[in-house]
Amino acid sequence: MSNLNEQMADRYKNNFLKEIEEQAEMGEWVKMCMQCGLCSGSCPTHFHSGWDHPPQEIFMLIRAGKREEVLNSQGMYMCTSCYNCYVRCPRKVPVTHVMHGIAEYAYRIGRAPKAQPTLHLSKTFWTNATKYGRVNEVQLTQSLYFKDGIGSGIKKAMEMQKEALGLVMAGRLNPMEALGMGHKCKDVSGIHKMLAKAEELEAKNKAAKADTAGKE
Amino acid sequence: MTSVVATNQTILVVGGGISGMTAALEAAETGKQVVLVERNPYLGGRTVQLYRYFPKMCHPTCGLEINLRRLKANPRIQVLTMAEVTGITGGKGNYSVSLKLKPRFVNENCTACGDCAQAVQTEIDDAYNYNLTKVKAAFLPSIFAYPQRYVIDPSIVGGAEGEAAKAACKYNAVDLTMKEETVTLNAGAIVWATGWKPYDAEKIVYYGYDRFPNVVTNVEFERMADPRGPTGGKILRPSDGKEAKNVAFIQCAGSRDENHLRHCSRFCCMGSLKQTHYVQEAFGDEGKSTIYYIDIRAIDRFEDFYQKVKANPNVSFVKSKVARITQDKDGNPVCNGVNTEGYLRYATAHDLVVLAVGMEPEVKGVSIPAEVMSDSSGFVMADPANAGIFGAGCATNALDVNRAVQSATAAALRAIQVVNKVARAEG
Repeated sequence: MSNLNEQMADRYKNNFLKEIEEQAEMGEWVKMCMQCGLCSGSCPTHFHSGWDHPPQEIFMLIRAGKREEVLNSQGMYMCTSCYNCYVRCPRKVPVTHVMHGIAEYAYRIGRAPKAQPTLHLSKTFWTNATKYGRVNEVQLTQSLYFKDGIGSGIKKAMEMQKEALGLVMAGRLNPMEALGMGHKCKDVSGIHKMLAKAEELEAKNKAAKADTAGKE
Repeated sequence: MTSVVATNQTILVVGGGISGMTAALEAAETGKQVVLVERNPYLGGRTVQLYRYFPKMCHPTCGLEINLRRLKANPRIQVLTMAEVTGITGGKGNYSVSLKLKPRFVNENCTACGDCAQAVQTEIDDAYNYNLTKVKAAFLPSIFAYPQRYVIDPSIVGGAEGEAAKAACKYNAVDLTMKEETVTLNAGAIVWATGWKPYDAEKIVYYGYDRFPNVVTNVEFERMADPRGPTGGKILRPSDGKEAKNVAFIQCAGSRDENHLRHCSRFCCMGSLKQTHYVQEAFGDEGKSTIYYIDIRAIDRFEDFYQKVKANPNVSFVKSKVARITQDKDGNPVCNGVNTEGYLRYATAHDLVVLAVGMEPEVKGVSIPAEVMSDSSGFVMADPANAGIFGAGCATNALDVNRAVQSATAAALRAIQVVNKVARAEG
């Protein structure tokens, strides 16, 4: 994976903007930013210590060719998809999608940070939801609670006990999901086939991009 | 009945603001017949609603007075106020234009003595002061109004108040029998100078213009600074009447925004820089102004003005588009955002926030009763297929007064060329 990182760095040399434009989804929007600061000011995650670079700063870093700073940043993973920046951006830059596009690209070339909590959530959610076509909430919660070990998992579970029981009583949470039962979609194998096809197409698309891009 | 003398060598000017007045005067002073049509009961448009001009900080009354003197001295201009164009047919050199004239209920006998207003109790919104205050339903729109005649609001006509106004008039000037009229006239060329309106600040939801009393617009602030305005020239905040000594100006409130106005409105940077002078003059070193901006667009010779404001220690600049306005427990509006110079997050309370709202063309969304092209912001463009109608001033673009006058002079020249051609053809 780190191989792909080096390949890309080498291919695009000092043109990180071009790399992002061609390789990251929605990357072509980066040059539209006019640095007004509305996205950063609108972002609700500013209180989090992991938020080292807000969107507008990421965009400027990309334009300034600061490849290492961007790829080492936690900024794009911290997005909660609240879409405040997206709806307010005076240039109609789809900021939320651009941030996800950059995060996905960094992950693809093996540059995602280790033990990144939102990255962990995304992966866990994806595996969980694609298994039966619907989310198994109990197993999803368990895997998040216990990600840092048994002790802290039990502690978190005890803290949320009241809420969980309330959900069960209200019929919003099925405890049987813990055993792999609960709701599933009607045609599980159909969903799997669809996802496999989509993955195949995406891989093809990205491989083609990686092969031809930056060579002109 | 209102009679209008017009032929196909007449130039019709639609809109009696600074652009329309200029176009009408320039054309008439070359010897052309001009009909000047204005929707309001007075001439001068949004220019007379300004307190001071940039960059010389002089009063609009001065320049306007010169124009009015030229107008009064020129028999070739016929002015129709409270008039709107409802239809245009025909083509270059031979238009037929229909107008709707609203009744003023006051005739030319009026001496502007004000006795009718004394007799009337009913109050209506004061449009001249952007509805910040009320006026009597018999009113002179502004001290500087031309024609210098009172107006009686239709709401009191047909009632006791209307009769009281009539009875109070010593000059037989109140005529409650006036009716709406429709007039058709000829014109060889038309100058379209319908101007602009301030962008509706309520639409910028995150600035809370409709929720927070101490968030006002730049045009309202202009009225607040004017000694003849609703606060008598004192800069007081609307919620509690406290002196607003710490004022924030938010630039690009609506402008340069694909969700609001796509264009740069051009005048608002200079407008806010000018308005920091009002704060400084009112409170001296106690008056603090903060300008939140994306970039300051003070073009060519205005750069000097910007540099002087920048050198004032009582004015600070924050390079940031404010993301949200909230309100603290004392009713102070709080600007929230990120200062892009250093990426510092701020939540700064001010006494008053002024939104530097942009220019929206008055004709946007209104169908002009003729084939006229407009650009993606709704401004009128020259249409080669309809070569007898010319845009002027802020109907064509976001302009300051100076550039609006230049644009109007250019439009007048084009209109003159059209009617000259008609005159030659008719021998």
